[in-house]
Amino acid sequence: MRESTIMKIHYGTALAAVALVAVHILMRLTQGFAESLEYESVLANYKFIPYAIMLELILILLSVHGFNGLRVILLELKQGKTYEKAVSYGCFAAMIGLIVYGSRTIIMTNMGMI
Amino acid sequence: MAQVSSIADEQTSTPVSSSKSITLRISRYNPKHDESSQFMEFSVPYEKWTTVLEAILEVKKHFDHSVAVRYSCRQATCGSCGMMINGKPRLACFTKISELNSNVITVEPMNNFPIIRDLAVKFERLFDSHHKIKPYLIRDDSELESDEREFLQSPKEVEQYIQFANCIKCGLCNSACPTMATDSSFVGPQALAQAYRYVADSRDKGKDTRLKIIDESHGIWRCHFAGSCSQVCPKGVDPAMGIQLLRGYLLGFRS
Repeated sequence: MRESTIMKIHYGTALAAVALVAVHILMRLTQGFAESLEYESVLANYKFIPYAIMLELILILLSVHGFNGLRVILLELKQGKTYEKAVSYGCFAAMIGLIVYGSRTIIMTNMGMI
Repeated sequence: MAQVSSIADEQTSTPVSSSKSITLRISRYNPKHDESSQFMEFSVPYEKWTTVLEAILEVKKHFDHSVAVRYSCRQATCGSCGMMINGKPRLACFTKISELNSNVITVEPMNNFPIIRDLAVKFERLFDSHHKIKPYLIRDDSELESDEREFLQSPKEVEQYIQFANCIKCGLCNSACPTMATDSSFVGPQALAQAYRYVADSRDKGKDTRLKIIDESHGIWRCHFAGSCSQVCPKGVDPAMGIQLLRGYLLGFRS
């Protein structure tokens, strides 16, 4: 993939994440911050499908943006063909791993398995 | 050796009898047998118009002719005498001692360049990056027929790139760039600004080729817009702006 395409995704995910995280924070403020962190309240959020979808989107956006940012930092830190390949594939694998693990949590909670 | 003698014999504009003097600290380092650089201090007389380069040449003439420094035109045209002067990349021939407002002037080789000796650095990386972005007009009809005129441009078309054509390849922008300090493969602000210079030229047809060259993992996207390249340019070129304009092409804001 061309670097410009990757950076378009990087900027796009940042903008989208800012918008969705703002919605997420506003939702927390509607019921009081301490109450929103209570166990039952958190479970209720996951079981409300539109909210669960939004959390899933935030997870994907932040994972893509964050791991690409990490890749960029690591590429600037050190150079070398093998190192750069390891960094790129490593960051991609870590991103997939985090999304899979986070999605598992969201889906299991949504389906009442937790 | 003959060259060194001729340099030492040159007349500088600074009379030795000047009442004012500064301490000139010169970084000395020979990678062949020195482990680290050391500063040598010289008391050098100066006048209002004395440049840092003239002070260094004064040292070569009267104190130590072995100080290695690269220079040529003495009028900020050749781009040879770039160095760190009191911690900032500047052209020694274009920096007057009187405008530094300091009694101690420290000169060091430019950052982000391998040192040959003392103040002289290697320019290979800069020239390689410059060459990589194809710094010439790319056209199918580059050879003019006898009945044709030159490639005409309107003043507005010239305005698009003319400031970037002032680059003298002195390397000060690359020396000031924080990304250049850590990323040894980064193409650098000088080459990126020159890429914009040719991409923005209405006579050029090599835009896609050049954008492809700079659109890689150590290309244009590694610029973090610190802007230090534009701050240090002695010719008023704004590489940081050129880089942002170039990004506009890659992001689809410009065509």
